[in-house]
Amino acid sequence: MAPTSERERQPLDFPSAALPLLHDAQLRGNVRHATDVIQGKRFRVVAEMPDWQSLREAGRQVRAHTLDYLDVYLEQFEQRCTAAGGHVHWARDTAEANRIVLQLAQNPTGRVIKIKSMTTEETGLNHALEAAGIQPIETDLAELIVQLGHDKPSHIVAPALHKNRHQVRELFVRAMNLPDLGDRPEDLAEAARVYLRQQFLSTPVAISGANFLIAETGGVCIVESEGNGRMCLTLPQKLISFAGIDKIIPRFSDLEVMLQLLPRSATGERMNPYNSVWTGVHPGDGPQEFHVVLLDNRRTEVLRDPEARETLQCIRCGACQNACPVYRQTGGHAYGSVYAGPIGAILTPQLALMERGQSLPYASTLCGACYEVCPVKINIPEILIHLRGRVVTGRPSYLRALHPEAMMMRGMQWMFLSETRFRLAQRFGRIAQRPWIRRSGWIERLPSILGGWTRTRDLRPLPQQSFREWFQARPSASTGSHSTLPPQVSSEPPEVPHG
Amino acid sequence: MAEARVPDVPATDPLSARSEILARIRSANRASISDARTLSAEEAWQRIPRNYRDAGLLTESDRIELFTERLREYGAGVSSSQPAQVADTIAEILRKRNKQTMLLSSGVDPNWLPQDGVRFVADNELSYAEMEACDGVLTGCTVAIAVTGTLALCHESIRGRRALTLLPDYHLCVVEAATIVETVPEGMRALEPHRTQPITLISGPSATADIEMTRIQGVHGPRVLDVVIVV
Repeated sequence: MAPTSERERQPLDFPSAALPLLHDAQLRGNVRHATDVIQGKRFRVVAEMPDWQSLREAGRQVRAHTLDYLDVYLEQFEQRCTAAGGHVHWARDTAEANRIVLQLAQNPTGRVIKIKSMTTEETGLNHALEAAGIQPIETDLAELIVQLGHDKPSHIVAPALHKNRHQVRELFVRAMNLPDLGDRPEDLAEAARVYLRQQFLSTPVAISGANFLIAETGGVCIVESEGNGRMCLTLPQKLISFAGIDKIIPRFSDLEVMLQLLPRSATGERMNPYNSVWTGVHPGDGPQEFHVVLLDNRRTEVLRDPEARETLQCIRCGACQNACPVYRQTGGHAYGSVYAGPIGAILTPQLALMERGQSLPYASTLCGACYEVCPVKINIPEILIHLRGRVVTGRPSYLRALHPEAMMMRGMQWMFLSETRFRLAQRFGRIAQRPWIRRSGWIERLPSILGGWTRTRDLRPLPQQSFREWFQARPSASTGSHSTLPPQVSSEPPEVPHG
Repeated sequence: MAEARVPDVPATDPLSARSEILARIRSANRASISDARTLSAEEAWQRIPRNYRDAGLLTESDRIELFTERLREYGAGVSSSQPAQVADTIAEILRKRNKQTMLLSSGVDPNWLPQDGVRFVADNELSYAEMEACDGVLTGCTVAIAVTGTLALCHESIRGRRALTLLPDYHLCVVEAATIVETVPEGMRALEPHRTQPITLISGPSATADIEMTRIQGVHGPRVLDVVIVV
């Protein structure tokens, strides 16, 4: 397994990371297919819900309310979970969280079984376990594929969607020593079933994430498809559940909202195959030792920002990734972080206190597709713009003043403030653009920093006469003569030069 | 065998982590919520508008039909039976599936059990290996949700632990028509009294779409699910 945390310490730059991926036709094909399929299914099962918008609004309000009273609900959760026989641990950062788990995970087999958890990816837990001599075994099929391939997850819900069946077969043939394995998805799932069953029955410690922590009961809810989650939650003697402090919901009955929003948004199913809810320790049923690790890792900093705190409403469905025209081109790896796509573009820089991932708020066309599909109505485009602002204001003041974009904007401001300067600038522009106009009548390439604009699109030249010039030159109606249209504009309204 | 090699992270006081996180939350919320928290959490929660559908509209027979259709879409087998014929229906299904040894959750009505052809094994602290060795498991169901084709098992009310419906490769579930509700909110309301018990919601046999988004039935849980609806 690659050392996640070390790789992530390197500075990220979305465009540079995305470029090689855009040339990987296999990867793009896989990502396109997967996101198309999930989007199509999601669209169908959402369309059949007449009350979908009311559910979204209730979901948003439940999550926003929880954040407003987060301290109250966390304390309530801790109290109820402890009363039911569980142990609650608090971790300020990833190192503290991993340290707690390492102490709890020690066992004679030297192995732990794991359910897919984005939060343990965030803390680099697998790496920490390996460094301490404990082998983590991922039991979700996609996570197993990622782990065997020494790869990184590329999607919240379907972490291996960048791999196709042939690539998966190759991995399994090598790792499970099955030279005759077929490459039908059925064969591959069967191989995983046999391979993992032994691990489920012989490993005494399991580590899971959590979809929802229920404050009212101290219970935990996990939503899954394959049954590997149920295996991990039921068979071992000890269970450690790892959750961000944002995963709380106030009451058991709030599941009636979340369990409608999440499966339809995440996988396009009316309900996912298995949902488990348990509360502390149940004598004679399941693990007899249960721990919850509550992770902050700068979530409280996100909470402090009035414009961006709704980021924490996220229930990790991944719908925004499937809908995002940028993600659909690049896949998840370009984001260089655990959380990819639109939610990653807003969550990653905030969790890293804007130190990392400064290019991520720009990895968006601001088209709003993510907001439209978000089951808890997180206004991702607004937060992206807000974070772009924070990227700019976060620059040292001398850099801010001398940044080419800032200087250009100041120049524009000065120009627009006076009509004389504006007219002069138009006249200057008409002359200055001449060498760049191609025979086609379009500007295809501009010099220096303006070239960014024309790298992917052609530009209309400034017209020889502006609307104002035409309007003033037009013979007035009182003279009785006919007005004449400017020669190059014909019947269309004259183009106004762009500022 | 791994000996503990705990990395060099400075030891921290767990109590201070708790109080520090709670203090951070309180200070963050004071700084970023424009209107101060004047209501209690309880009052504020009560005021959350819930304009979604929280009650069904279908008649009982339409509800059963919808539930049946949804289960079939998941690839589950569905039969219906009159109360007096449940044992015969179960015998018929198990014969077709060629199941000889079935685990039993103790909440199952003894009148549902066929008299011969199948051996039923009660869960008297069976080992996981013994559970796996059985051909399948027969259970009841606490609540069923028609719109999503969901079987909700509260393990104390069906009187069977969670591993029962997990380790065998086959699950036969008997659902009484009176326990079928239409919508998810109705289902969760019916589960409310059991909310601190272990609860498993099952919607079709286990499945994955992790390889090329192709739905494959049966990864780790029972690969085959049959449902008998008692009407």
